[in-house]
Amino acid sequence: MPALEVKNINKSFGNISVLKDISFSMEQGEVISIIGSSGSGKTTLLRCLNFLETPDVGQIFVEDKCIFNSEDKKSLKDSQIRKNRLHFGLVFQSFNLFPQYTAKQNVMLACELLAKERPDYKANKKQILTEIEQNAEELLKRVGLSERMDNYPHQLSGGQQQRVAIARALALKPDILCFDEPTSALDPELTGEVLKVIKSLADEKTTMVIVTHEMDFAKEVSDRVLFMDDGLILEQGTPQEVFENTREERTKQFLKKLTD
Amino acid sequence: MSFISVTQRLFSGFAISFQLFFGTLLLALPLGLLISFGSMSRFKPLRWLVRTFVWIIRGTPLMLQLIIVFYGPGLLFEMTGIGRMQAAYIAFIINYSAYFSEIYRGGIEGIPRGQYEAGQVLGMTRNQIFFKVVLLQVVKRIVPPMSNEIITLVKDTSLARIIAIQEITMVAQNYIADKGIIWPLFYSGAFYLIFCGILTILFHFIEKKLDYFRV
Repeated sequence: MPALEVKNINKSFGNISVLKDISFSMEQGEVISIIGSSGSGKTTLLRCLNFLETPDVGQIFVEDKCIFNSEDKKSLKDSQIRKNRLHFGLVFQSFNLFPQYTAKQNVMLACELLAKERPDYKANKKQILTEIEQNAEELLKRVGLSERMDNYPHQLSGGQQQRVAIARALALKPDILCFDEPTSALDPELTGEVLKVIKSLADEKTTMVIVTHEMDFAKEVSDRVLFMDDGLILEQGTPQEVFENTREERTKQFLKKLTD
Repeated sequence: MSFISVTQRLFSGFAISFQLFFGTLLLALPLGLLISFGSMSRFKPLRWLVRTFVWIIRGTPLMLQLIIVFYGPGLLFEMTGIGRMQAAYIAFIINYSAYFSEIYRGGIEGIPRGQYEAGQVLGMTRNQIFFKVVLLQVVKRIVPPMSNEIITLVKDTSLARIIAIQEITMVAQNYIADKGIIWPLFYSGAFYLIFCGILTILFHFIEKKLDYFRV
């Protein structure tokens, strides 16, 4: 049973077709990197998975359950989208931490709000909140920030902020964790610490979709690499297949430009 | 003219100024928020209507608006005129809510889209995003322009004398005509200064309170 299956996703902005009939699927624990030049549709694809954009056509399945179908208006309802969204986590290029909350509060906030919807919330409030707090502390420890839990975002470096953002995304236990160029906004000396965290998640068999410009990292961490160009998945395969035994001329061009 | 009797008269004038100030603030703050929602509405005709309204109110003198609100109903529609103080409240509240609405709009539109999107992907509802994520950031952003506008309001209350409201400036000015003395006018300035000083300290305190994070 595939963890994620994307079928025939199409998306246009005005007259510009950004995604053209995108289909792919991935297994539990698989790590997919999506590479390609700016404007190729990588980010839009990720945003469609997280319902930040609505595909014009297509279907999305998580563990064989249809969570989006452009034909079925019911799957487009706000409340339904909110629920289905929780299958995915998203780490943004620009972190987007909430500035008025500490690192720990950032990780806890969404869990606290969701817990309020639980029928047993009133009865077990204390216990639930303690669990949420412990979970947040563990996650921050896992990304190497146990000393920084009570710091506000502006007191943290970019790399630290991005690690908090990763912990925040993990807090809701998503089935599939997505990264949108997680190191593009970072100084070169700070990318390493973030990539290390993502690598450790891959080692723990977290299902991940990573849009990245870090080719060496993509090579190292992914099970499969998708090369996107002009709204299409032009080439896909293991890192070795895509990077070393490249089939498509366009992919070769792209990879060559990066090494020049 | 004894210092004490002038002080008493000025205090009673200041009481009127303060009422006008406080009443305007109390109603224009929420009304301004409502107007700002209108001016950001996705429904074009409403947005257009509200923005035109704000343009007219901000583009004409408050003094003119005071005169129109006070004399207009009687002269244009032969309605019985409204009370002076009511007219002043209406004109001030409308005028200031238009200004406040622009401050709110700037504050809300200045919040990066990423903040909303981060809330969305974490499964938050629209309301949760507004109240738990956006609101405090908006408050922090609007405190400096708000304090500016509110301090302007303190001094703008003196415009109400154009419809013969006995606020402190009018009381002080009357001493020139009645007694030929000008010092009460200078004295009235001290009332404004002290009141604005207190407000400045208050706003500074709020800014300090919100200093623990950056937007």
